[in-house]
Amino acid sequence: ILFQIMELCGATRLGYFGRSQFYIALKLVAVAQSGLPLRVESLNTVKDLPLPRFLVSKNEQESRHTALYSSDADNPASYSGVIPPPPGRIQVKKGSVSHDAVQQRTSTDQQESTSPVVSPQQSPPTSPHTWRKHNRHPSGGNNERPLAGPGPFWAPFSEAQPGSSTSSDPIWSGHSPPPHQENWVSFADTPPTSALLAMHPASVQDQTTVRTVASATTTNEIRRQSSSYDDPWKITDEQRQYYVNQFKTIQPDLNGFIPGSAAKEFFTKSKLPILELSHIWELSDFDKDGALTLDEFCAAFHLVVARKNGYDLPEKLPESLMPKLIDLEDSTEVGEQTGEVGYSSSPAEAPPSKSPSMPSLNQTWPELNQSSEQWETFSERSSSSQTLTQFDSNIAPADPDTAIVHPVPIRMTPSKIHMQEMELKRTGSDHTNPTSPLLVKPPDLPEENKMSSSVKYTAGNTVTDGYSSSDSYASDPEQIGSTVTRQRSHSGTSPDNAAPPPPPPRPHPSHSRSSSLDMNRSFSVTPGQQQAGVVAYPPAVPPRPQPSQGAGPHVHRPVDAEGLIAHTSTSPQQIPEQPNFADFSQFEAFAVSGVNKEEEDEIETHSEVLQVEKPSDSASSLRGAKADGRVEEKAPATVPTSAGKGTTPLAPPPKPIRRRLKSEDELRPEAEEHTQKTGVIAAVLASQPSIPRSVGKDKKAIQASIRRNKETNTVLARLNSELQQQLKDVLEERISLEVQLEQLRPFSHL
Amino acid sequence: VLVSVICSPPQNYPLYIRSVPTENELKFHYTVHTSLDVVDEKISAMGKALVDQRELYLGLLYPTEDYKVYGYVTNSKVKFVMVVDSSNTALRDNEIRSMFRKLHNSYTDIMCNPFYNPGDRIHSRAFDNTVNSMMMQVC
Repeated sequence: ILFQIMELCGATRLGYFGRSQFYIALKLVAVAQSGLPLRVESLNTVKDLPLPRFLVSKNEQESRHTALYSSDADNPASYSGVIPPPPGRIQVKKGSVSHDAVQQRTSTDQQESTSPVVSPQQSPPTSPHTWRKHNRHPSGGNNERPLAGPGPFWAPFSEAQPGSSTSSDPIWSGHSPPPHQENWVSFADTPPTSALLAMHPASVQDQTTVRTVASATTTNEIRRQSSSYDDPWKITDEQRQYYVNQFKTIQPDLNGFIPGSAAKEFFTKSKLPILELSHIWELSDFDKDGALTLDEFCAAFHLVVARKNGYDLPEKLPESLMPKLIDLEDSTEVGEQTGEVGYSSSPAEAPPSKSPSMPSLNQTWPELNQSSEQWETFSERSSSSQTLTQFDSNIAPADPDTAIVHPVPIRMTPSKIHMQEMELKRTGSDHTNPTSPLLVKPPDLPEENKMSSSVKYTAGNTVTDGYSSSDSYASDPEQIGSTVTRQRSHSGTSPDNAAPPPPPPRPHPSHSRSSSLDMNRSFSVTPGQQQAGVVAYPPAVPPRPQPSQGAGPHVHRPVDAEGLIAHTSTSPQQIPEQPNFADFSQFEAFAVSGVNKEEEDEIETHSEVLQVEKPSDSASSLRGAKADGRVEEKAPATVPTSAGKGTTPLAPPPKPIRRRLKSEDELRPEAEEHTQKTGVIAAVLASQPSIPRSVGKDKKAIQASIRRNKETNTVLARLNSELQQQLKDVLEERISLEVQLEQLRPFSHL
Repeated sequence: VLVSVICSPPQNYPLYIRSVPTENELKFHYTVHTSLDVVDEKISAMGKALVDQRELYLGLLYPTEDYKVYGYVTNSKVKFVMVVDSSNTALRDNEIRSMFRKLHNSYTDIMCNPFYNPGDRIHSRAFDNTVNSMMMQVC
């Protein structure tokens, strides 16, 4: 009878023990139990059959089973939940078929741990394992047993053995009871046994004996399995060890690859159809390179084992089998993959979601590398790629403050006094100006241009803003002078001030770099431009641009906000003057804490920076060096961006930075805007000297700084979006490169 | 309406055919078959070392039948053919190109599989999924 049922089930569904299959099996069981002849039509005709009663003596179970059955029918989710409960249970069921006695006990012991039940099941699976052995390792019994447990239980289900319980009675008598959930148990009892019997007719007796033996031994395993949230796809340690050994026989180096041909031979030995092997390969060759790493091999092996035991192959690689992309770790124990075998809908969702995440990880990873290469040119820092990575992962740090990750160099001189002075000196000249130009920055500007544009902005709009941005940049003490200026320009660029003056220089994502160069220039210019409160430290201005410039390159391109902030932070710091640095440090602190955090503080820093820059204007020789218009951009840009940015470390010396920036500019396709911006900046810079260094306009200074900060914020936001756009472009390039690479691949094969 | 076919050299027998609306399949098959000639013609015309990765031709736009046929050939002379409804004007050139690119990517993935013999019909489920998703996008 069991065989009949199995055939019917199998005939109707190709060995795919899905839910429907299971239901059919159950129906058949019911039919059989009702004494009706097993026919396919009986399924349809006898719809109102009482639910199969696996345990004749257990009405409870039956009812439970019924409930379960119906619930399952209604509730795929619950169904899936039941499935996971595991494989352990199912295993038990398998064994339990023959354990009528056990079943009866189960009714009493419903809550009994699944382990006892599982153990019997495990034993049967082991027998299949041994039986099926890939001809590789006759001893794999233990390793495979746990797997077999989860796997085969489904097979037994499909087989729906109704009447097998009788035959299994004698066998089961010896076993301890069971099963976790009666319903399942009841199921398991009949189907598993029948399945077992069907699957291994010859080994039924072996199974029973094995079961008894295995039950004891596998209890622990089962326990472990069932307790592990029923992840049928998990590879246990024993299994893994086995796989690793197998891997070694093919490829002694555990970190190496198994070439496709060798793997093909190996897996062909498992006697699975080529189509299935092909599918397994597709699933397990994660990086699609035609070779298997250790993880991939284990996953493939595991899938083969599962298939051999009747498990259907999933459509997507189960989470627990997914190899780590970046670090080849043991991925098998990771994640709880519940029945991907298609039984549970909900679990099935998880793996697919993971798969995409992994590939995406993979995607992003190479992308990062690629983009980091590009960034390399811009950033002097060796850590640019890393920062790029960071950036990518934090792609949308809308808040520049949060995005700022760069360590802030130690402030040269902390002097709040200067800050105050700067603030005081700020004349109410328009704080908004700097920010507005920055804000305006054209969205398509490349990062570099952004920097320059920002500089221009500052230059063009208002000196004060530029200064304020530079103030904000002051956070980086390392870069003295040029860096500061650069930062300024960065900050200036980031907040595009759409409004008034000509579009402020765009804040380049990389403006950290370019900004550094520009900063120098711009700072030299901007100081003059920034009237309000910027007058404070004329002498400090020259040095500032240098640090800012230095800071520029440091700032990662990708880190828009960060870069901007960094620039701003570094530039101010660059100012050699002690007081300036103090201001910068303060400013940087503000920037780090948050652009919007304390406008007043920022304002102060801005003012300080501005003041510092002013002095540096005239004196900055850097300016001359960086006279490629960057300065202009920097000046305006830095001002707004400096508002919050802060702490990008501007390590590289200004000069190299400048060169880099220049090269970056060249690379940047939007050099044109850059030039335009430089023009703006030049104008701004020109006007800088005219900025009166008035003192004593606290309120105005504060307001100005507030405005500047706002502008900076907008510019930064804009810069951020631009950077993201650029990132997308870069990703596309990468994709195209990958495509080309893949196109070349088939040639090697064909 | 979308039909995609992959044909492999040298005999140009189809490795894979999939059409979204399942009716009138025969007509599409015929169309694809005839378009193969045009593809070959274009390939031979190119000559030299210039191997244009993708080609787009609308030459098979029958006035009556109102659909477009796009072709794409890889460096290994594997041809991909797509038949699209002309009524589907939303499909632009670069979309077609991207679809071909995706097809090509999936195809190379299949090639990497050591269990796959070049020249066999393609049974890969992953490939099917890719194609299906692409077609769903269009329709």
